[in-house]
Amino acid sequence: MSLILILEQSLNGLQFGLMLFLLAAGLTLVFGIMDMINLAHGSLYMVGAFLAATLVQATGSFALGVLLAIPAAAAVGMLLEVSVLRTLYARDHLSQVLATFALILIINELVRMVWGTDMPLSAPEALAGPVQLLPGMPYPAYRLLIIGVGLAVALLLYFVVAKTRIGMLVRAGASNREMAMAMGVDIRKLFTLVFGFGAALCAIAGAMLGPILAVQVGMGENILILAFVVIVIGGIGSIRGALVGSVLVGMVDTVGRAFIPHLLREFISPAFAGAIGPALASILIYVVMAGVLFWRPQGLFPARG
Amino acid sequence: MRRALTVGVLLLAIAFPLAMQAIDQTYYVTMASRILVYALAATSLNLILGYGGMISFGHAAFVGAGAYTASIMIAEGMPSAWIGWPLAMAVPALLALAIGAISLRTRGVYFIMITLAFAQMIYYLTVSMKAYGGDEGLTLTQRATLGFGLDLKDDATFYYVVLAILVAALFLVSRLVNARFGRVVQAIRENESRMEAIGYPTLRYKLIAFVLAGALGGLAGALLANQNSYVNPGILHWTESGKLMIMVILGGVGHLYGGVFGAIGLLGLEEVLANHKFAWLAALYPDYQQHSLLGVGVAMLAVVLYAPQGIAGLFRRGKDG
Repeated sequence: MSLILILEQSLNGLQFGLMLFLLAAGLTLVFGIMDMINLAHGSLYMVGAFLAATLVQATGSFALGVLLAIPAAAAVGMLLEVSVLRTLYARDHLSQVLATFALILIINELVRMVWGTDMPLSAPEALAGPVQLLPGMPYPAYRLLIIGVGLAVALLLYFVVAKTRIGMLVRAGASNREMAMAMGVDIRKLFTLVFGFGAALCAIAGAMLGPILAVQVGMGENILILAFVVIVIGGIGSIRGALVGSVLVGMVDTVGRAFIPHLLREFISPAFAGAIGPALASILIYVVMAGVLFWRPQGLFPARG
Repeated sequence: MRRALTVGVLLLAIAFPLAMQAIDQTYYVTMASRILVYALAATSLNLILGYGGMISFGHAAFVGAGAYTASIMIAEGMPSAWIGWPLAMAVPALLALAIGAISLRTRGVYFIMITLAFAQMIYYLTVSMKAYGGDEGLTLTQRATLGFGLDLKDDATFYYVVLAILVAALFLVSRLVNARFGRVVQAIRENESRMEAIGYPTLRYKLIAFVLAGALGGLAGALLANQNSYVNPGILHWTESGKLMIMVILGGVGHLYGGVFGAIGLLGLEEVLANHKFAWLAALYPDYQQHSLLGVGVAMLAVVLYAPQGIAGLFRRGKDG
């Protein structure tokens, strides 16, 4: 277990965490402002990835394809909000779970009808090779790009939420929706916008992770649960919490998977460690989440004071 | 009137395998057993979700734990249902006790999320059980043995055993929710702080309901594993928990037969859309049977938007009107 391996795995963790953040940011706002459980958020991630794959193929350029996929996914998200999700805000959580679960099935099948079960999407040629980060430590250039994009989007999001008027309204909505409405904020319109924005972030994550994780039907279902873990740990409705939670979950998950089996081998028999290690690593983030919920039910950075 | 209806439906259910054998369509007997098993699982969830107001998003973990316990017993050479099935209730009950003791201290969406987290932990545990198939799952060499000359390998016998268990479970649930215990649990759903203020140990009541639901769910899991002669971690996936919730909501939250209606409704719809060719649909989209889940999704969405009381609610409205 060398230093370089640790560094490499930490970068992988950061990369995964930042992509999780793109998903979690939209989800936490939806959850925080409208108190709405949206299981279909993972479907937007999938639709974004398929759109990107199609547009990359059509334009022949990775960058152009991804850039075009972002507004397209935002449009899909806003359409979904206006047509179905809007009517669910006033309903109880149970109805929201059922309706958005239904949307997962519907969107999965629609994607299958339009695109089939999967689409090829590969990293741009120029970034296919590794970069020499440190002497003796090559790192895939494409993963570095993901980290760069993730950081840039996180910064942009921070700027929008913390410094602009629209961000102020979003924060107001998240911390006290009724008060924001009483002060004359048009929450409905704001919310369609937030939803479109969330879908755009999903598309970025889907497009960037596509070459690594494969673009296929059902790709949103497991990552959605991770995004929920993130926002519960971070505090529902809090962008800052989502960022901290994402990086935490990304790190714990990736680094745990890489090192727990090694670590266990120091203490127990290798065969047993090999069997139990991966399970322990997968379980770790849920243990963290259950712990946070038990001791700090509001999450690490509660949005409501 | 109501009792006559119940007896009538029960007689129909008893006659069903005979009728299917007569017209040589025994496939439907297997299908019906599957529906009854899911009805049991959904009924167990309805006990906490409907009557207790506890929105557990991890019920598949208990069903799965029961399925794995029953399967492992068979794989280890102890096929007797009299040992395997009670154990398949005890293990999920213990899990529910531990999970409930922690989860039930949280409220609202946090409860939904923490039950989901625990279910995910158990899901990954089963994935890692390499000795019992891990990811690949575990194929059973035989079904459980029951004695008394009953052979569970026979699909009609299996159907009757499942039917008997479901009827017993429904009877138990109906007695339970109308007993003092059930009244208290329902009152906690309506106003927990008031129940606490008048001196009820609310956490203990909720926990008992949670453990009971886990045990019944585990029994459903044992039956499911026996029917398929196969179990894999997929049975614990979060979408399975979602499916059980859907059955409960579709059928009727907090209605005695909600789980039964929901299982019939959802699985029946899946079956009809996937295996029957409707000419008008085929004209619209030739390959529609490949995409039957689309129809299921649309139907579910329609139920939430237009019939929030579920199938049982439709009956109720008919009676009032």
